[in-house]
Amino acid sequence: MVKRIRVILAVLVILSISLLFLDFTGTAHFWLGWMAKIQFLPAILALNAGVVLFLLMLTLILGRIYCSIICPLGIFQDIVSWLSGKLQKGKRHFSYSPAKSWLRYGMLGILVLVFLLGLQSIVAIFDPYAAFGRMVTSLLSPLYGWGNNLLADWAEKMDSYAVYSVDVWIKGGAPLILAIATLVVITILAWRNGRTYCNTICPVGTLLGFLSKYSLFVPTLNKEMCISCGLCARSCKASCIDSKKKEIDYSRCVVCFDCMGTCKRGGVTYQRRSFKKSTSTPQVDTGRRAMLTASALLVASTAVKAAKKHVDGGLAHIEDKQVPQRQTPIVPPGALSIQNLTRRCTACQLCVSACPSQVLRPSSDLSRLMMPESSFERGYCRPECTRCSNACPTGAIQPITPEEKSSIQVGHAVFIKNNCVAYTRGVLCGNCARHCPVGAITMVPSDPKDESSIKIPAIDEERCIGCGACENLCPSRPFSAIYVEGHEVHKIV
Amino acid sequence: MSEDNKNDNKTREGRRAFLKLLGGGTLLASASLIGCHPNKEKQGNTNKDLVPAGGMTYRVSSSTGDKVSILGYGCMRLPTIKNGSARDTEDEIDQEQVNAQVDLALAQGINYFDTSPVYCKGRSEHAMGIALKRHPRNTYYIATKLSNFSSAYWPEKESKEMYYNSLKELQTDYIDYMLLHAIGQSGTAQDGTQLNGMEALQARYFDNGILDFLLKEREAGRIRNLGFSYHGDIKVFDYMLSMHDKYKWDFVQIQLNYVDWHYAKEVNPNNTNAEYLYAELEKRNIPAVIMEPLLGGRLAKLPDYLSTRLKQRDPEASVASWAFRYAGTFPKVLTVLSGMTYMEHLRDNLKTYSPLVPLTEEELSFLHDETARLMIEYPLVPCTGCQYCMPCEFGIDIPSIFTHYNKCVTEGYIVKNTQDENYRKARKTFLVGYDRSVPKLRQADHCIGCGQCTFACPQGIKIPDELHRIGEYVEKLKRESL
Repeated sequence: MVKRIRVILAVLVILSISLLFLDFTGTAHFWLGWMAKIQFLPAILALNAGVVLFLLMLTLILGRIYCSIICPLGIFQDIVSWLSGKLQKGKRHFSYSPAKSWLRYGMLGILVLVFLLGLQSIVAIFDPYAAFGRMVTSLLSPLYGWGNNLLADWAEKMDSYAVYSVDVWIKGGAPLILAIATLVVITILAWRNGRTYCNTICPVGTLLGFLSKYSLFVPTLNKEMCISCGLCARSCKASCIDSKKKEIDYSRCVVCFDCMGTCKRGGVTYQRRSFKKSTSTPQVDTGRRAMLTASALLVASTAVKAAKKHVDGGLAHIEDKQVPQRQTPIVPPGALSIQNLTRRCTACQLCVSACPSQVLRPSSDLSRLMMPESSFERGYCRPECTRCSNACPTGAIQPITPEEKSSIQVGHAVFIKNNCVAYTRGVLCGNCARHCPVGAITMVPSDPKDESSIKIPAIDEERCIGCGACENLCPSRPFSAIYVEGHEVHKIV
Repeated sequence: MSEDNKNDNKTREGRRAFLKLLGGGTLLASASLIGCHPNKEKQGNTNKDLVPAGGMTYRVSSSTGDKVSILGYGCMRLPTIKNGSARDTEDEIDQEQVNAQVDLALAQGINYFDTSPVYCKGRSEHAMGIALKRHPRNTYYIATKLSNFSSAYWPEKESKEMYYNSLKELQTDYIDYMLLHAIGQSGTAQDGTQLNGMEALQARYFDNGILDFLLKEREAGRIRNLGFSYHGDIKVFDYMLSMHDKYKWDFVQIQLNYVDWHYAKEVNPNNTNAEYLYAELEKRNIPAVIMEPLLGGRLAKLPDYLSTRLKQRDPEASVASWAFRYAGTFPKVLTVLSGMTYMEHLRDNLKTYSPLVPLTEEELSFLHDETARLMIEYPLVPCTGCQYCMPCEFGIDIPSIFTHYNKCVTEGYIVKNTQDENYRKARKTFLVGYDRSVPKLRQADHCIGCGQCTFACPQGIKIPDELHRIGEYVEKLKRESL
């Protein structure tokens, strides 16, 4: 019974969180946004004391139930493990293994240290929620997008406007590679031994495990009834039941209730307990895993030559825009500063998948690996949109309103004279000025002495908020004649 | 689906929509019908008898005595293998389909085929050459043009090359109807200077001696009729007609439809009322060939309240058929051109013109006074989709943007403010439909306003202004700040 409730809740949670990462309409965030906000590490980073206290209390009372019904990566491992059991019927079973405490506490220690040193991007790799987010965004989301586009094509044929198509593109190499690596490692570990990751690497698992040693309710082996048959140990995906000694390592138990069902004698019960001793010695060891660097995208381009005959019709080729070399990266409004973002971001990609304008993408910079940054080749940071700020569960991007957004300066526009079509083609353009939402660009004669000379943009850097409309809509390709330089610290203008 | 296909499908859907109306009989005949369509007398459980017994109506040219079918086949949007129109896509022309349509057209009495070296991205003449070669040369008339729009073709040698190439592509040794193409339009000289209508005319046909060359070709019999098609600057039209005694124009091609009759200026300040153009030709006894009888398809897709009125008058006739009958009703009209991409276009037009039932005085006035007046009160962009503005150097898909905008106007999806009753639906329809019809990078907000397209537009639309206006509307919709 309790197991069934656990399974139902877990399935609901993993579906909801996946949907949160897949949905691009913003509807899922409205209903399910809180699910990301009750994740442990994001809540800590958001300094969300309420949620953190609740999760700690929950663990102290019920054990590591968080790992079974709230953590999406945990649920994912349970699914893999369950499938593995189904497919190798009878052949596979778990077995007890002693706790690898030196590895667990070592990892936790290193990650805390690394976090204090400001290398948040390394912590982000191991955060279970973010790891799950990256897998969904990098691997599942393109499929979802394509599926949606098929549906949109169909809707178009039916003259329906209910479904619209979206751009599907690989936003960053690092999250993709890491997502594949995570998927492979986690799947292999879960397929063979259940919750290995949770009880060796996962910093959240280790921390909650430390608490759950003292939790009020625990699965308990009834020593009188137990005949050390080992059935419960074979069903324990956390490998924490030592049936010979008739003991359970509560620091590793994720309260899945699987053992209760297997004991033929009803010897396992979930109940309040009387405390016993348990030991564990932290040990420090070097970390593992190498970092991966991102690969750059090559954009092929071909020049168009106007057909001599000027036949009617046809579309000119549009060269893709390339990312300009920004001295300071641009982070979305609400991030407050690059430092705030890097301190709090777990690189879960929720903001990236929420961005409807194709602006946010994971950074390939090592110090901010996979954390969001803005670039305007495919769209610009639209004035009415605040989706990333509302989606962020960690407070790396703080919630803002569209009104606030209109006065947050995340960077400023810079003019590159040599790229401007006024010079390169001698045509009057002014598209940057026409689309600047804050009126920070004025078109002025290029020759101060000659009023009738061709006009070029003059930027009021103080007024500019760095939304990138000018950069995105500049006709100069592949490099815009006007682009945005980020600011370390965001200002209110 | 490729972006290019969409437009064609849309045109087709529009067509289909009214054909559906036609067959569905949503508006059943009322007892007192004013129209006099021949089908009405007959009884039957289908409406399949496409060509009534009377057969195609013909007009005799006062210049050469040619007996020309009142329906002329416009070859500027031939079908492609992907079921689009070859004017809008790079897809290969569906030669088999072209052949089939030409066969049906000839069998049903159409004998005038109008093409140009620039139509269908320069592929129309070739395809028509293949299709027509399969029939005896004396059973049809070929019309083509000297389409030397680009200044690269202004020198004598290049212009002549274009002419000889037409003969080669069309696999013939004479042209029945040769036109100076779209005179009255402004042009751009090789050094980039903008020429007005008269200057462009001089540069394209007079300075290089090409008109003299064509006149000689006419004397030699390799051109049987010489004329011109006209758009734009009225000075050029008047000048050309004033030279009629010298050049003896055998025919002139003008834009005529029930909106342009009285309201050409309202549609577009550069244009002149068809009433004037037609009267000038009639005065000089010059046969008129009619282009844009549907005003770029707009008269086939009228706003609902207007199409309903036409349906009430004749529930079995298509909306487009009214415009075709209108153009054909004028006695000096030699032929009415229709760019028929699909078999159903052809069938519907054949039905209208076999035989043509001329409009009554009352019907004429109903169309060019009442209906046209209501039309121009509707703020559509007067784009006919001719694609002369394309390709835009900056990649903007100008005609598709206008098509989408006009479609939304016609269907009532343009809103004034957020309080409008259908605001939500209109916003979604406009924005989702916009992204579907025009790829983001080719939308109006990317127009820099360089204005090069304006010179190419035969309708004289201030394209950048219109694009910026539409761009602003989209921006307001997106920000919900209407």
